[in-house]
Amino acid sequence: MADPPMVEAVGVTHEFDVSLPPLRRMLSREPRRFLRAVNDVSFSIARGTTLGLVGESGCGKSTVARLSVGLYTPKSGEVRFEGQNLAEARRHGGARRQMNMIFQDPYASLNPRWRVSDIVAEPVRMYGLEKNESSVRRRVEMYLTQVGLVPSDGDKYPHEFSGGQRQRVSIARALSSEPEFLVCDEPTSALDVSVQAQILNLMRDLQRRLGLTYLFISHNMAVVRHMSDQLGVMYLGRIVELGDAETIFQRPRHPYTRLLLDAIPDLDHIGRARTPVGGDVPSPIAPPPGCAFHPRCPLANARCREEVPALVDVGGTRVACHAVVEERGSDGALG
Amino acid sequence: MTPLLDVRDLIVDFPTRRGVLRAIDRVSFDIAPGEVLGFVGESGAGKSLTGAAIVGLLTWPGRIAGGSVHLTGERIDTLRPDRMRRIRGRRIGTIFQDPLTTLNPLLRIGHQLTETMLTHLDLTATEARRRAVVWLERVGIPDAPRRIESWPHEFSGGQRQRVVIALALCAEPDLVIADEPTTALDVSVQAQIITLLKTLTRENGTAVMLITHDMGVIAETADRVAVMYAGRIAEIGPVAAVIRHPAHPYTDGLMGSIPTVKHKAERLRQIDGSMPRLDAIPAGCAFHPRCARAFDRCLIDRPGLLAAGATQAACWLHAPEAPHG
Repeated sequence: MADPPMVEAVGVTHEFDVSLPPLRRMLSREPRRFLRAVNDVSFSIARGTTLGLVGESGCGKSTVARLSVGLYTPKSGEVRFEGQNLAEARRHGGARRQMNMIFQDPYASLNPRWRVSDIVAEPVRMYGLEKNESSVRRRVEMYLTQVGLVPSDGDKYPHEFSGGQRQRVSIARALSSEPEFLVCDEPTSALDVSVQAQILNLMRDLQRRLGLTYLFISHNMAVVRHMSDQLGVMYLGRIVELGDAETIFQRPRHPYTRLLLDAIPDLDHIGRARTPVGGDVPSPIAPPPGCAFHPRCPLANARCREEVPALVDVGGTRVACHAVVEERGSDGALG
Repeated sequence: MTPLLDVRDLIVDFPTRRGVLRAIDRVSFDIAPGEVLGFVGESGAGKSLTGAAIVGLLTWPGRIAGGSVHLTGERIDTLRPDRMRRIRGRRIGTIFQDPLTTLNPLLRIGHQLTETMLTHLDLTATEARRRAVVWLERVGIPDAPRRIESWPHEFSGGQRQRVVIALALCAEPDLVIADEPTTALDVSVQAQIITLLKTLTRENGTAVMLITHDMGVIAETADRVAVMYAGRIAEIGPVAAVIRHPAHPYTDGLMGSIPTVKHKAERLRQIDGSMPRLDAIPAGCAFHPRCARAFDRCLIDRPGLLAAGATQAACWLHAPEAPHG
């Protein structure tokens, strides 16, 4: 691979200020507090492939999504788009047209007062992709057809569509700036399963036809498996396992990945009696010291409570776990 | 043996200015004591509404327009509101999706638990309090004697749902209606809650009506499952049979459209189109416009539940004289 990766994150960290308002802070003598939503995250996505990112709520997935299109500028580290620093490129107005986002809620992400044709045409007009109105219209019709709607749907308003169709409109709009890179943040979580299948199939068809690169974010492991070439598992702001998706699904190494895979209720487990792993996800404001997963981890020991594990190569995938590296309890303490 | 809950030809209507919308159309099922009956379907299929109709919590202008609901032989859909209140909470417990809205944010959880027990059971205040601690322990809240003085906001989402389960079970109901009890929770916590619900209801012999859109949850928890489509039951039967050998084309399509973590499919099977709106439910079988195997009879005649292998399906393909293919 001589080409640089389409998108690359190098040691990206992002924090949010969650301090009390200044006056109350002074009165209560509390220090400023920061929530480190994304902590030293690195990955790269090759052109035309999909990186899936999974994790539970509050793990920083959506922050990564926003960082990778430049909606946030990282506190430290950098995001590169086609080898260029993204923050730098955006300052000069570059790279914006080549990337776009699809959000979870198609009710909130479409302007209810605009006709669908205007929603889809806005990026075309904004970037001056077509010279005159009739070619703008032709282009809008093409995108609507591409996502499985009919050209006459352009005259309708968003509320006239069902959830699945609305998500098709969002996709049409995302495509209309001719992007190469799409960030999809839980694009099917608000949809019913039969509609979800339609949208997932559509997204894969479009990727194949247009050579799109996806960052696909979801909490649903099955959906991510269906979509991804590469997989990253996040826990409290860090990537704990990263590598080829199929390899990870067939042989998950990190105890958290194994917990996630085991926790999913699946059609193959009719009437399964299980022993669930206890505990909740800790607050990201005060993450546990050492490995953030240690309070819930069956393999944790003293080292895990003190030392943050680094991502290291284990049999082809990258894993951040002392227990895996030391081959502690590798013979199925987790079954 | 009489079933614990017996619902016959239940109809729920929503009168609107543009005519009456039939949200539930002749739904019949029963639940045996200690049994878990799952309800699945897409949003708007009527699964939550079925639950709400049974406990008499339909929101205006929704109303029961036909059919009957019997709880251990006693008819409850025609009871006066004050009589129904005594059944709700005492004999039928409810668990909803969002534990934060179920719990009163202004009352300590110990108060909420004891209040429920004092209302429904013949107990002294001290005894109710003792039981509240026991219930918190049973649902796995650590340090229960102290936590009983906590406010709802002091618990995490998973723990809050545990408290709601304790609240639903503490009056020792015969039936629990759980409407999407794990949907608002993270996957790793979801597994804990399902296991808890399953264990406690089994210990107490409580029957459960489990409403969810997640077929995986049904597969692991339920004994039987009812698949709803456009306000009707499309298929009902033992969980294993419905999942492995679905008899209704809709169930079949639904199962095929669920991605699984076990292997990667090149393409997911998809059912084209979407569920009809309540004001445009087609004649005959409501699913026929999306069904690849529909034939002339499906367009005219509405199928009832017909025996189809181990399950029952509302589909003319299973009529004795149906064309096979």
